[in-house]
Amino acid sequence: MKGLKYIFAGILFGIVMTKSEAISWFRIQEMFLFQSFHMYGIIGVAVVLGTIQIAVIKRKKLKDIKGEPIEFSPKAMSIPRYLFGGIIFGLGWAMTGACPGPMYTLLGHGFPVIIVVIISAIIGTLTYGALRSKLPH
Amino acid sequence: MLELLQQPWHWAFSGFMIALTMFILLFWGKSFGMSATMRAMCAAGGAGKKISFFDFDWKKQSWNLLFALGAVIGGYIASTYLASPEPVHISSATIAHLQTLGVDYPSSIAEGTGYLPLELYNFETLFSLKGFLLFVLGGFFVGFGARYAGGCTSGHAISGLSNLQIPSLIAVIGFFIGGLLMAHVLLPLILQL
Repeated sequence: MKGLKYIFAGILFGIVMTKSEAISWFRIQEMFLFQSFHMYGIIGVAVVLGTIQIAVIKRKKLKDIKGEPIEFSPKAMSIPRYLFGGIIFGLGWAMTGACPGPMYTLLGHGFPVIIVVIISAIIGTLTYGALRSKLPH
Repeated sequence: MLELLQQPWHWAFSGFMIALTMFILLFWGKSFGMSATMRAMCAAGGAGKKISFFDFDWKKQSWNLLFALGAVIGGYIASTYLASPEPVHISSATIAHLQTLGVDYPSSIAEGTGYLPLELYNFETLFSLKGFLLFVLGGFFVGFGARYAGGCTSGHAISGLSNLQIPSLIAVIGFFIGGLLMAHVLLPLILQL
């Protein structure tokens, strides 16, 4: 089955999210309270290595597994969209203590209430789609 | 080996593993972004018939839905076979601060893993005003905000910043404005409800 590899990558990601403790509500509070370097260390290392990785891919024009060039589409510039959207996301992140990746992982940990958080996030996504034309972008 | 994996990972190793995950997806011609799965779920559920934002070929995102399914399974495997012998090591300042807000930290693994505060994440709290705000409104904000901003932590803070995107930097600044406002000002009020 072709999709199996994505499930395996997801399993790796779920394990990484758990062992890094990025799924911890307490770690997220600690990050926003500036009381530990832990989360900044994780994101900082990921971004530094990610930047090097993408720079090398671009410079060497590396190809993906199918032989197609790995391309990156630049994001359209705007301030209100990213700022307002980001603020709303940040409020929710600190309220639930989880962003989407950890939400899925926490479900696997068997915390039943997280299902309500995930469904609410899907309803939020749906609502954005419905209100999109009325929002400043 | 298993005992080593059961220990909580150092932040530097964790950061490396996240970068590796992103690299695997790039090598497979995919881009790392978890909140896109929620848009795909709306589209798969038929929302595209009424709302044009969801009128796209969601099957192109089916790999991401499988990735999310994997994250659930990964959470199960990690909690079952790779569980840490102790709760998450949170700073004592955070433990003390949360205690003043009435949120206790598990003192041993028997009391909790330190992933979620169990006195909040339960069905009794869910059906109170406090729980409604934290989980229903909070979850709504995550989904709404992520789509409005065009990405979440993985899409903007990891992938976007790594690709030196100014829009992602603005989004991450937004994440922190919202997160700081919540953690320092609003959450203490909500927890008192």
